[in-house]
Amino acid sequence: MDRLVSTAIPPVQPWQLATIVAVRQETPNAKTFQLNVAGPHNFVAGQHFIIRLTADDGYHAQRAYSAASPPGQEPLEITVERLPGGEVSTFLHDGVDVGDMVDIRGPIGGHFAWDVSAPILGIAGGSGVAPLMSMLRAARAAGRSDYMTLVVSARSPRDLYYADEITGPRTRVAYTRTAPPGDPRGVGRLTMEDLAPMVHVRQQAFVCGSPAFCDAATMLLDSLGVPAYDIRVERFGPSG
Amino acid sequence: MPVTRGFTRRDRSDPRLPPGQYNTGDGWPVLSYEPTPRLDTATWTFTIDGLVERTQTWSWADLHKMPPSTYQGAIHCVTTWSKFDMTFDGVSVDTLLDLASPRPEATFVMARSHTGYTTNLSLSDVTGGKAWVAWAIDGKPLPVEHGGPARLLVPHLYFWKSAKWVSGLTLMDHDEPGLWERSGYHDRGDPWLEQRYQGD
Repeated sequence: MDRLVSTAIPPVQPWQLATIVAVRQETPNAKTFQLNVAGPHNFVAGQHFIIRLTADDGYHAQRAYSAASPPGQEPLEITVERLPGGEVSTFLHDGVDVGDMVDIRGPIGGHFAWDVSAPILGIAGGSGVAPLMSMLRAARAAGRSDYMTLVVSARSPRDLYYADEITGPRTRVAYTRTAPPGDPRGVGRLTMEDLAPMVHVRQQAFVCGSPAFCDAATMLLDSLGVPAYDIRVERFGPSG
Repeated sequence: MPVTRGFTRRDRSDPRLPPGQYNTGDGWPVLSYEPTPRLDTATWTFTIDGLVERTQTWSWADLHKMPPSTYQGAIHCVTTWSKFDMTFDGVSVDTLLDLASPRPEATFVMARSHTGYTTNLSLSDVTGGKAWVAWAIDGKPLPVEHGGPARLLVPHLYFWKSAKWVSGLTLMDHDEPGLWERSGYHDRGDPWLEQRYQGD
């Protein structure tokens, strides 16, 4: 099943230093960090990077974060959801300011990657929107915004990542708890009716979110006749 | 490696934790790249082929007639969680390999899944009581999201080597990267050496 890996993946780079050049509060629970990486870090939209924190006694902790910025655009951008008790996410939220440096390695990952070569459907839940934002930005930068259809599930308008940028004629937001006034969809989990108009034959689907979200979304795609080999899944685990 | 300003050691005095791992406690996170498949044990098979004297294919019932084998202990995921005190039931890969009889030149295996997932291992990492085809966790059927009906279990390596929904092993005389290994993950994946990515 080699078609699962259709994108050429460059070799993994060694660890290098990244400088935080900007931090913004993305949602009440998530911060977006912009990083200046001096060395090579070319990536394909959808790939992720590893951030490593090191204590003065050599103790370290590392976590994977998807690039949210598009390939070729500096600085590199990642969004970190604050997880209760999460060793790395809470440190990044509470302990890191502009000018601080962290170790970074990547890009990593090849199956969940898209090079703007054919139209795709992205389906994201919560923080799972980060790699799909990289894809959307890459499509727009390439003048192929028609290649990217996006369905995003968010709890409420204030929980929607990249709210200023993500909306557009090919983006549909499904709110699960609170919808903006007048949203004809109302609130609720993703349904067949949300996805049916977005699904097209021979169009790959990229699904990213919690394991439960990914399983629900892939079951909907299956019901709509999308074959498993056209579905790529990235499950965001609680890895703190 | 440069020190991160303000970052300090979190207590991880548990000697069972490899470097860079944390104890996920009761949680069992799920990580996989493909849609969760629905496999029927009535048609499920497990095959050992490649450099063996006798290619072997077993049905679900065949495997359950073999001497059972249990693993009790920890698993370690490359995404940095570890989980302790797990009890997996299944059959030892040794038992299956004995029936297939590896040829002397066989040194590596490619584990395959019913989804098309692959991962490479050295033959010595799946022999000597170190690997299982497992179908039960804590006495209950292995849930599909954790690889059920049966997964490979190679608990001394990072858990992506323990292929979910495993369909077989192909014995080879050389190493060849599997799916995640082609994307930058380490060919061996020893958590105690922190072999997460190529070059570690």
